[in-house]
Amino acid sequence: MSKVSLETPEAKTGGLPHEVRANDVAPLQVLSPEGEVVNPDYMPELSDDQLKEIMYRMVFTRTWDERAINLGRQGRLGFYAPVSGQEATMVGSEYALNKDDFICPGYRDMPQIVWHGLPLYQAFLYSRGHQHGGQIPEGVNVLMPQIIIGAQILHATGIAMGFKLKNEKRVAITYTGDGGSSEGDFYEGLNFAGAFKLPTIYFVQNNGYAITTPFAKQTAAQSIAHKALAAGIRGVQIDGMDVLAVIAAVREAAEIGRNGGGATLIEGLTYRFKPHSMADDTTKYRTKEEEAEWSERDPLVRFGKFLAKKGLWSDEDTARVKEEAKNAVNEHIKKAEQTEKMTVSGLIDSMFEQTPPHLEEQKADFQ
Amino acid sequence: MAQMNMKEAIRDAMRVELKRDPNVLVFGEDVGKVGGVFRATEGLQGEFGDTRVFDTPLAESAIGGLAVGLGTQGFRPVAEIQFVGFIFEALDQMFVQAARMRYRSGGRYHSPIVFRTPFGGGVKAAELHTDALEGLAIQTPGIKVVIPSNPYDAKGLLISAIRDNDPVFFMEHLNLYHAFRDEVPEGDYTVPIGKAKVVREGKDVTIIAYGLMVHTALKAAEELEKNGVQAEVIDLRTLVPLDIDTIVASIQKTNRAIVVQEAQKSAGAAAEIIAQINEKAILHLEAPVLRCAPPDTVYPFAQIEDAWLPNAARIVKTVNQVLQF
Ligand SMILES: Cc1ncc(C[n+]2csc(CCOP(=O)(O)OP(=O)(O)O)c2C)c(N)n1
Repeated sequence: MSKVSLETPEAKTGGLPHEVRANDVAPLQVLSPEGEVVNPDYMPELSDDQLKEIMYRMVFTRTWDERAINLGRQGRLGFYAPVSGQEATMVGSEYALNKDDFICPGYRDMPQIVWHGLPLYQAFLYSRGHQHGGQIPEGVNVLMPQIIIGAQILHATGIAMGFKLKNEKRVAITYTGDGGSSEGDFYEGLNFAGAFKLPTIYFVQNNGYAITTPFAKQTAAQSIAHKALAAGIRGVQIDGMDVLAVIAAVREAAEIGRNGGGATLIEGLTYRFKPHSMADDTTKYRTKEEEAEWSERDPLVRFGKFLAKKGLWSDEDTARVKEEAKNAVNEHIKKAEQTEKMTVSGLIDSMFEQTPPHLEEQKADFQ
Repeated sequence: MAQMNMKEAIRDAMRVELKRDPNVLVFGEDVGKVGGVFRATEGLQGEFGDTRVFDTPLAESAIGGLAVGLGTQGFRPVAEIQFVGFIFEALDQMFVQAARMRYRSGGRYHSPIVFRTPFGGGVKAAELHTDALEGLAIQTPGIKVVIPSNPYDAKGLLISAIRDNDPVFFMEHLNLYHAFRDEVPEGDYTVPIGKAKVVREGKDVTIIAYGLMVHTALKAAEELEKNGVQAEVIDLRTLVPLDIDTIVASIQKTNRAIVVQEAQKSAGAAAEIIAQINEKAILHLEAPVLRCAPPDTVYPFAQIEDAWLPNAARIVKTVNQVLQF
C-alpha cells in the first residue's frame, strides 16, 4: 500500500543526518480510469453481487444528491452539503465496515450513516431542522453529522477507546475534509489514538478545497497522510475516485484496528463536483478546466466500466437504479414532510432527563 | 453620502482602516480571494494585497492565537470567525489569552484586536451558526462587546473597535447584513464604544434591546402605540462597556422597563442589565424589570426557530405585564 513511512535522511540529497524526513507517497489505485485492474494485489475480495451492490449504492447516492439539491432549491430541504464526486470514498468506506463498527461523520457525510442504517427520511428531517432527524434508531452505530469541524474526530477516538476497554473487536471511523485536518482537534485525536493504540480510522476526504480555500493554502505538508507520522500511527494515501482502492484500504485498516494494531489515517484524493453548500459560487475560486479534469475521474464511470467489462452492469442498470432512487427519495421526503412538527415545549422537555422547575415555568410562554 | 447596507458599511470600515494604518491586518477562513462566506471582505485582498488580507487554514484557535501574537508586535488584527458557534474552538485565545494580555503583562503588552463574527437567528441556518453568544463574552473580563443594529453605527463602531487598544468582540447580525440601506458617510468617522442611543422616545415604558432586537422592539412599540402606550426604545450598541446612564435616565422618565435579548433567558446580558438597574434605579421602578427572551434550551433546529425567538407580539405581551403589575 502507498504507506507513508520514515526513511533515512541520506536517501534524500541535501538532508542533514539528524533531520527527520518522510518518503514520497503515491495514491493507491486498484482500478485505472479506464476500469482496468492495475493493482491486483490490492483487489478486495468481493462477490459479483457485492460488486453490483456497491455500484447500486453509488448510483443511488448520486441521484439522491441531485434530488436533494433540487429539493433544497424548492425549499423542501434545509441545510445540505452536496456529495457528488465523493461517492467512492463515502459508499466504499462504509461498505468496508461491519455493521457494529461505529461512524462519526462530518456535515457532508450523510451517505455513510444512511448506508449504515439511518433511515433516509430522518436524514431529510435533520436537513429540515427537525429534532427527530437525530434520533438514531437502536442498533444503528452512528452519530449525527457534526457541524463543528473536528469535534467528531475526538468522539471517534473516545468510542474506539471504549471498544478497546470492553475488548470488543470493533473499530470507529471518522471523516473530515482537508480543511478539517488543520483543526487542533484533528491532531489531538490522532495523537491520542497513537498514544493509546486505539482502533480508530481517520478518513480525510481531500477534495481539494475547504469552502473556497485550496489545499495549497491549507497546509504546506506534502500530503495529509504524512500527518500520521508525527502521531505514530499508520498513514496511507489512496485514489478516492476508485471505490475498490477505498474498500481495500478501509478493510485493511479495520482489520489492523480490530486486531490491536492501532489507528490508521487514510487520505482519499477526491473532488466535489458541486458547490461546497447550497450558497456557494464555485466559479469564484475554481476553473472549468480543473472541473473537467476531475469529472474524467468520476468514480461512477470508472467502476461502471469495470463492471461492464465483467458483464455485471449496463446503462439500463444505471437507469433502473436512478428511477428507484428517485422514487425512494420522493417517498422519504413525503414521510419527512408529514412528520409532526416540533414544538417549543417538546424542545424544552428534551433538555434534561427530568425537566427542572424553571424550565417548566418557561413553557408557559409558549402555550 | 453613500447608501450602504450593513455588510457594505462593515466592509467600508475595514477599507478605511486598512488604508489609514498599515498595521491593520484582516484574516480568517475564506476571507481573502472570495471575500468571506458573506462577502463582507470582498475586494479587500485585491485592493490591499494578500499580506494584509488573507485566508488562514481552517483552525479558529490558531486564528485567535495568531491575532494575539500579532497584537504584541504592533499589528492591529481584524480576525473573522466565520460563524459564531465556532468561537468555542477559539475561546481560550479570545477570552483568556487576548482578554488577559494587558493584565498578565502588567500593561507591557495589549491586544488591539477585533474579533468579528456573524451571528443571529431567523435565517434557518445550520446548527451553531446563529446562536447569540454575547453572554459568554460579557462574562469575560477584559474584552469589549459591540453589537450594531444598523449600517451607520456598524461602520462607526467598527472603526472605533479597530482603533481600540483592547480586544473587541464585534458581533454582526446575519439578518441585518442586507436588511436595509442607510446613509453612511464616505471615509472616516467613529461611533464611540460604550454609548447607547435612544432610538424612539416614549414616557410609559423603556424597551432595552441591541442588534436585530432593536428593530423588533420598534415594531412592538408601534403596536403599543395603537393602544396608547408610548414606549421608549434604547439601542445599547455596546454591552461592554454598558451605558447604564442612558438606561437609568430613561427609567427615571418611564418607571418601567423590559430587556429583550435573542440569547436564552438565564444569566445573559438582560440579567446583567436588570441587576445594574436594581443597583442604580430601584427607587424609580413601578414594576419589576422583565426579560423577553427565548427559553433555556439549546438554539433549536431550524424548524421552530420562529416560535422560539422573541417577536413583536411577545415583546408587547411582556410590556403589558409590566404595565399591569
Ligand atoms: C469549527 C468550524 N469552523 C468553521 C466551520 C465553517 N465551515 C464549514 S465547512 C468548512 C470547510 C471545510 O472544508 P473541508 O474540511 O476541506 O471539507 P469539505 O467541505 O471540503 O468536504 C468551513 C470552514 C465549521 N463548520 N466549523
